Amino acid sequence: MTGKAYTPSFRPTQRPKEVSELFELADALVRLVRKLGADVAEAVLSEGRHLSAKVRLGEPELVEEASSRSIGVRAMIRDGGGGFRVAVSVSSDLTEAGISRLAEDVVELARLAEVDPFAGPPDQALFSSEEYHPELDLFDPSIDSIDAREAIGSAKAVEKVALGVDPRINNSEGAEFSRASGITVLVTSEGFRGWNCGTHASLWVAPVADDQGGKKQSASAWTSSRHRLGLRSTEEVGKEAAQRTLAKLGARKVNTTECPVIFEREAGGSLIGAFAGCVLGGAIWRKSSYLVDRLNTVVASPLVTIIDDPLILRGLGSRAFDGEGLLSRRNFIVEEGRLRTYLLDSYSARKLGMRSTGSASRSSSGGVSASTSNFILLPGSMTPEELIAQTERGFLVTEMMGFGFNPVTGDFSRGASGFWIEKGRKAFPVSEVTISGNLDQMLQSIDAIANDLDLQSSIAAPTFRIASMMVAGSGDFSRDIGE
Amino acid sequence: MKRYIAPFADGGAFAVDREIAERLLAIALSKGGDYADLFFEYEVTGSYFYEDGILKSAGRGVSAGLGVRVRKGDATGYAYTEDLRFEAMRRAAEVARSIADGGQSLTVPLAPCELPSRYQADHSTIEIDGERKRDLLRRAAEKARLLDPRIVRVEASFSESYRAIRIATSDGRWLWDEQPLFRFGVRVIAEKNNVRRSGSSGGGGRMGLEYFNEKTPEWHAEEAVRQALVMLDAREAPAGEMEVVLGPGDSGILLHEAVGHGLEADFNRKKTSNYSGRIGEQVASPLCTVVDDATIPQARGSIDVDDEGMVPGRVVLIERGVLRGYMHDRHSSEFFKLPPTGNGRRESFRSHPMPRMTNTLLLPGEDSPEDIIRSVKRGIYARKFGGGQVDISNGDFVFSLTESYLIEDGKLTAPLRDVNLIGNGPDIMCKVTMLGNDFALSDGVWTCGKEGQSVPVGVGCPTVKIRAMTVGGTGR
Repeated sequence: MTGKAYTPSFRPTQRPKEVSELFELADALVRLVRKLGADVAEAVLSEGRHLSAKVRLGEPELVEEASSRSIGVRAMIRDGGGGFRVAVSVSSDLTEAGISRLAEDVVELARLAEVDPFAGPPDQALFSSEEYHPELDLFDPSIDSIDAREAIGSAKAVEKVALGVDPRINNSEGAEFSRASGITVLVTSEGFRGWNCGTHASLWVAPVADDQGGKKQSASAWTSSRHRLGLRSTEEVGKEAAQRTLAKLGARKVNTTECPVIFEREAGGSLIGAFAGCVLGGAIWRKSSYLVDRLNTVVASPLVTIIDDPLILRGLGSRAFDGEGLLSRRNFIVEEGRLRTYLLDSYSARKLGMRSTGSASRSSSGGVSASTSNFILLPGSMTPEELIAQTERGFLVTEMMGFGFNPVTGDFSRGASGFWIEKGRKAFPVSEVTISGNLDQMLQSIDAIANDLDLQSSIAAPTFRIASMMVAGSGDFSRDIGE
Repeated sequence: MKRYIAPFADGGAFAVDREIAERLLAIALSKGGDYADLFFEYEVTGSYFYEDGILKSAGRGVSAGLGVRVRKGDATGYAYTEDLRFEAMRRAAEVARSIADGGQSLTVPLAPCELPSRYQADHSTIEIDGERKRDLLRRAAEKARLLDPRIVRVEASFSESYRAIRIATSDGRWLWDEQPLFRFGVRVIAEKNNVRRSGSSGGGGRMGLEYFNEKTPEWHAEEAVRQALVMLDAREAPAGEMEVVLGPGDSGILLHEAVGHGLEADFNRKKTSNYSGRIGEQVASPLCTVVDDATIPQARGSIDVDDEGMVPGRVVLIERGVLRGYMHDRHSSEFFKLPPTGNGRRESFRSHPMPRMTNTLLLPGEDSPEDIIRSVKRGIYARKFGGGQVDISNGDFVFSLTESYLIEDGKLTAPLRDVNLIGNGPDIMCKVTMLGNDFALSDGVWTCGKEGQSVPVGVGCPTVKIRAMTVGGTGR
């Protein structure tokens, strides 16, 4: 979403040859589960291949290569009084005996489950059909041909760059190249058939430098893409990792204070991810989100617009149809600060008396729940450098640690490290502090958003600033920061 | 008759005997690898989820396969297959062996090894009728719902697994182990004046349903409800450094993060841990003795054998504050020329083993918990935890509190909203000034993640007082 428009084209007619085989197995499973007594059967089959090569200090450390398959099913038994009994089952055993066992298990478990009046397949009229599935360019056929030698070569190259930047970098956690490809088919007894395939490649490196007091510092950099040519260069990634590591040397605590907090891209993405968990249908009807009953109210500052867009070309979270077979669509979650919709599958939609947003995700085990695709805080216009320059005094967060977020209350408290900002410039590196606030208030006090969005992860945000948060470090709150 | 039998077990659909394993090991080593092992794994999982007054969903998973590992120097080749026909297993061995590119090396004949018996496979819940698990969930949910009208949501879950492993190593070990495990949990939400708070309770281990004779579903329901109701009145936690008292049991998460990960020997072999090269040095207060103990009967983190065929025992990591040793897998023990400690674990046959914790414990001291709390002028008392994380290189770690209280003049006063604590491992361990005589082991709920692999673990400790630690609240 860096301003690039996309035009979904239509899928080429050529399917990978494995798709027909997977469809056959799925059809057989659906028939068997129905024969054993289920009224609705939905089969999901996937097949994947991956290779990863990790090197450390120039030598190969681990080369892993395998392919795998799994078959999952959801079965529903209709109840006379309305509603269904529901169970799921998954197996890696695709032999005939394995598939029989799977079918028997799922039907037996569905009989054990109790009638859920809200359960059921989605409305058939909403199913998408294959000819309307947009081509999203998620598959790069050249990825599977990358062999161990080439993978080791890439990992060695990026590590060499990182280790060569500065003599203070004297060790390494290693560097890793990995590639993966996969095909998934979904077949339901209600008439949906769909398939998709995708590839993924990534490169990661984490150099280490000695710091004072026996401490070491390490920071990583990485790149990932659907396509081989979408990866950043080893030169760029290696240098970034080295610079991030060196910048942490001499990090120290600051005194406890309240101040503006700037979230760098990756840390900001993690914060937006916490928000994403609170707009999912399951969290809403379970009252496990602070956003219950907040539709069309202000949940963020007017600068904030957040979308969930499964249709981004080459997007890491892109998909042509959702986990129930509904056509994918872009959803505006927050528009200029107002919450416009939750993300719903058909179950949570029924629970809330709403309509599915096409956001169902089906796990390999056959289970379905609402989930994000590409969940993005849209960028502003200033550069991150300008944003920092406009900050008189504050804390720039580059990394966060721990799980300190309670979705029920929105209470947020996590470990953080980064840089102290003084007069619009990085003054010194900071570690071993916590930042805390309430996510509701935090998003409402976002007062600047930069333009540096990239889509290297499926939940993404540009650099942004929150007007004020509590930063806890040394001493009590009463003592202010003083240098 | 048993319903779930590992396909590679004697009598299974793809039975693997010693002769087949020896042939595969010979193929794995035929390019000159130094060491190879075969890891056959069969895992059956079950999950039962109760909410809205019904057993809403039930699930089953079956997974089986072989992982082949070949080591040449410090390099490892790894491949796996879910297809247990000989041709597919041979191909996996060939892929793994390509990490080496030399000639033939030798294997020794496989011989069965004696294993301890820290849990019993016939106590696995997996073969027990689903109705009994559904009843346990219903009992918990009903109890929680009826306890207090402010309880607006109740969820109860039961998840179980049965894992059978067969290991063959090129140094001649031939092992079989069956590992039962289950986990039970209740989660509730209380609501008052539009304020909502959650509470939870859970437990389990490598045992059967006899667990519930001592800790009933109703007990867990009461505990979850108690927490949610207490939290309705919680106020903002303070911010800054102060005295911290950790309650017994689950607060062993402190050791897991502050000490445990940093003492996994892979980080020390690579010299990327802040504990590297510090054996014999004082790294904690003299009050502290920390062990990793895989032998506790039926505990979640206990194992008879690790995932590379070694039998773990009880490793002393820190003795009276002095660093004594690391947790090793085969690779690191060879590197340090020390006996392996049996800490080589892996998530499944799809992953390579690495040094991991089992049950990590801080042994008790002599103070009474009441005296410890009484000694604090102003601080925090931590009772329940959400999870933690550590940065191995610099030793900074965090953990989050989901139930904690303010201590004022030696007494617990107000409950506090969720808050995160942060510290540096050796620094915080040196600030332990009092240690309770009330050691407790966590009930079986914890799972540890490292490099994308999850394994079940346990933690344990007595009441602990830390002189100063940074509390990440919002209050003043």
